[in-house]
Amino acid sequence: MAIGFELKGESMSEIPLVQLLTPEGERVSHPDYDTSLGRDDIFAMWRDMTIIRRLCNEATSLQRQGQLALWAPLQGQEAAQIGAGRALAPNDFTFPSYREHGIAWCRGIPPENWLRMFRGVHHGGWDPQKYRHSVPTIVIGNQALNAVGYAMGVQRDGAEEATMVFFGDGATSEGDVNEAFVWAGSFDAPVVFFVQNNQWAISEPTIRQTKIPLYRRAEGFGFPGIRVDGNDVLAVYEVTRRALAHAREGGGPTLIEAFTYRMGAHTTSDDPTRYRIDAEVEAWKHRDPVERVKAYLVRQHQVPAASFDDVTEEANTLAAKLRDDVLSMPNPEPLSIFEHAYADVHPLIEEGKRDMVELGIAGGGH
Amino acid sequence: MSARDFLLPDVGEGLTEAEIVVWKVAVGDQVALNQPLIDIETAKATVELPSPYAGTVTKLYGAVGDVVEVGAPLIEIDVAGDAPAPAAAPPAAAGEGRTAVLVGYGVATDEGVPTRQHRRRGSTSAPAAPAAVVPVSTPTAPARAPRSTPPVRLYAKQHGLDIARIAGTGRDGLITRADVERAVAGAGTAPRAVVASTTSVTRFVGHELAPWSTGPREERIPVRGVLRSMAEAMTQSAFSAPHAAAWVRVDATKSVELLAGLKQRESLAGVRLSPLTLVALALCDAARHFPGINSSFDAANNEVIVRRSVALGIAADTPRGLIVPNIKDADTLDLVGMANALSALVDTARAGTTTPNAMMGTTLTITNVGPFGIDGAMPILPPGTSAILAVGQIAKAPWVVDDEVVVRHVVEIALSFDHRCIDGALASAVLAHVGRFLNDPAPALLAG
Repeated sequence: MAIGFELKGESMSEIPLVQLLTPEGERVSHPDYDTSLGRDDIFAMWRDMTIIRRLCNEATSLQRQGQLALWAPLQGQEAAQIGAGRALAPNDFTFPSYREHGIAWCRGIPPENWLRMFRGVHHGGWDPQKYRHSVPTIVIGNQALNAVGYAMGVQRDGAEEATMVFFGDGATSEGDVNEAFVWAGSFDAPVVFFVQNNQWAISEPTIRQTKIPLYRRAEGFGFPGIRVDGNDVLAVYEVTRRALAHAREGGGPTLIEAFTYRMGAHTTSDDPTRYRIDAEVEAWKHRDPVERVKAYLVRQHQVPAASFDDVTEEANTLAAKLRDDVLSMPNPEPLSIFEHAYADVHPLIEEGKRDMVELGIAGGGH
Repeated sequence: MSARDFLLPDVGEGLTEAEIVVWKVAVGDQVALNQPLIDIETAKATVELPSPYAGTVTKLYGAVGDVVEVGAPLIEIDVAGDAPAPAAAPPAAAGEGRTAVLVGYGVATDEGVPTRQHRRRGSTSAPAAPAAVVPVSTPTAPARAPRSTPPVRLYAKQHGLDIARIAGTGRDGLITRADVERAVAGAGTAPRAVVASTTSVTRFVGHELAPWSTGPREERIPVRGVLRSMAEAMTQSAFSAPHAAAWVRVDATKSVELLAGLKQRESLAGVRLSPLTLVALALCDAARHFPGINSSFDAANNEVIVRRSVALGIAADTPRGLIVPNIKDADTLDLVGMANALSALVDTARAGTTTPNAMMGTTLTITNVGPFGIDGAMPILPPGTSAILAVGQIAKAPWVVDDEVVVRHVVEIALSFDHRCIDGALASAVLAHVGRFLNDPAPALLAG
């Protein structure tokens, strides 16, 4: 697979990349990674990707209609997220950034909950313990430290669980992520670092942020790194499944670099046509993560058109429900802003509550 | 009847206003949920807004070019019309009477009646409303007006045609650009240059000015958008690149005859050929022969960059002002390819949908002042380029052939160049090359 740009003295196309399904939908073998996933499993992954793409489009429309303050679209990264999300065991714990709608889907979080924070009616959107999925983290890279801390706790409990943390290529330039690598390496923490290298940190290309491929940074911190075709859901699934098993079995951390592309804007607040060229976007359209799975299912497994149509219809129904749910979301009680800040009573929080009631911003008795 | 206003949302975290770039619907249109309604340009991006309702468009609150404040109404949609059942519910009870912008920024009041119509700042009398816009006070009739899109209506207007008298051949009777073009041809209208003037006497720096007699004594227009881009680019170029110019008059009779002959050909029907097509080919041909002209002076790195592909900038006079989109790899195009690329560029520019990407990386530029009835000009270079060619009108003039004065089609071409890297000899050679091409285009076209 040729990826057309140069790192310093090294062509990206020469870098090994785990791939099991080509952009044209052809199954290829890999000496270390193979998959036993069958027709039904792969169709289920295609369904996942189709649904999250449709829901993401609806969320973008809702933002353009003034119903969300912001939205971070995931188009192009469906395979990276569904492959990783479906590789998780129920008890594994996950830490997302703000674009991991596909992981949230795999964790069983109702779609309307993903949008609550973006509508400004909730600080997180769900109960992290219930879904084994932490709340979205806007601060770039912060969740990597949270995840390593959590993983070290799991280690001390002697539990057979893995922790997985998601961040983007931009976060790898942050101190938090590098500190997290140091701690994870030193303590053999049962954590999987999953970086979706979508080529752009808002308007800054990856090639300006790193002089070596991101996955190779792991070696310097003392644990393995691997690059996978982030638009190949089968390869992502297999690579992630093994890294999680490795963590659960006490093998320590792994850095997975899912090499992918953000087809849309960084968020609804920016305009990617101002910093990247159309030709690049066009080139990546030919590596679409959803279409290649469909091509494979049609060609290899003769999945009938009606099966795909049913899912498209299902996705439209879910999108309509998402719209209804968002439009009917109640505004939160003002005092709820203080909830979940501290586990115990805190004097400053109590003072803040009293002030709000006295100033008439909130009703008493909350 | 249940009419709902769609209020301009803050689409970019902290914006206060946006400019209407293009309407994609007209009064009377049926719209589906999430169907694109309008492109707006904010301080951050050009954004397409999808419809929050399914129904019938009953009002457009602003015209192209108007600046609308966040929270003010953009469009009214009757959701109880005979539209297909909407897939989504209207806003819940909690949303009634509440502004659509929910978080944080931009809306001055929560429940106040939004201002009804926003015009450009500084304009104190009503601009002439484009055909698509129904004034707020006008009762809207559900009459079935002929369907067409705003760029097509504008195109018809530019040719002085009444869109209602043109038969539509598109889907459901839609009037297409081709329909208007046929009407233009049928009306015997003289062929126009590809880049024609869209400037009326009242259009200034992208603004519609009130008439002399009724407008204010003094008016201030904010420098932003296209105007600001033009001002910054020209200032930067004028005070960094030492400009020099050369010009020549050319007998272009053979070009005029060639174009007239090609237009009769069945195989070229629908291809918009014009003198500009030949000028563009001539300049690209000159670049191939004299690559130095396709260069830029990089003062920061103390280098001159020579490029072996032409991104051909075309100065386009649009309703929003002067923009210079380019044709990438123009040196690889043949006659038909160049004609089609120019058509697409001009259509996009006129529709107001030129992307910033299409304006980046220009290496050579043409400005066509002929359609204004002007003989010549000495243009300023777009920043980062070293040459710009000005083309005047092609007009009949006395010309000396074999010591006899005869009537020929004559055009003046002028080349402005960056004298830091391009000297008079090179500029003259390039200009002479373009001149020879226009004087006798057939050999060069056959060779290319």
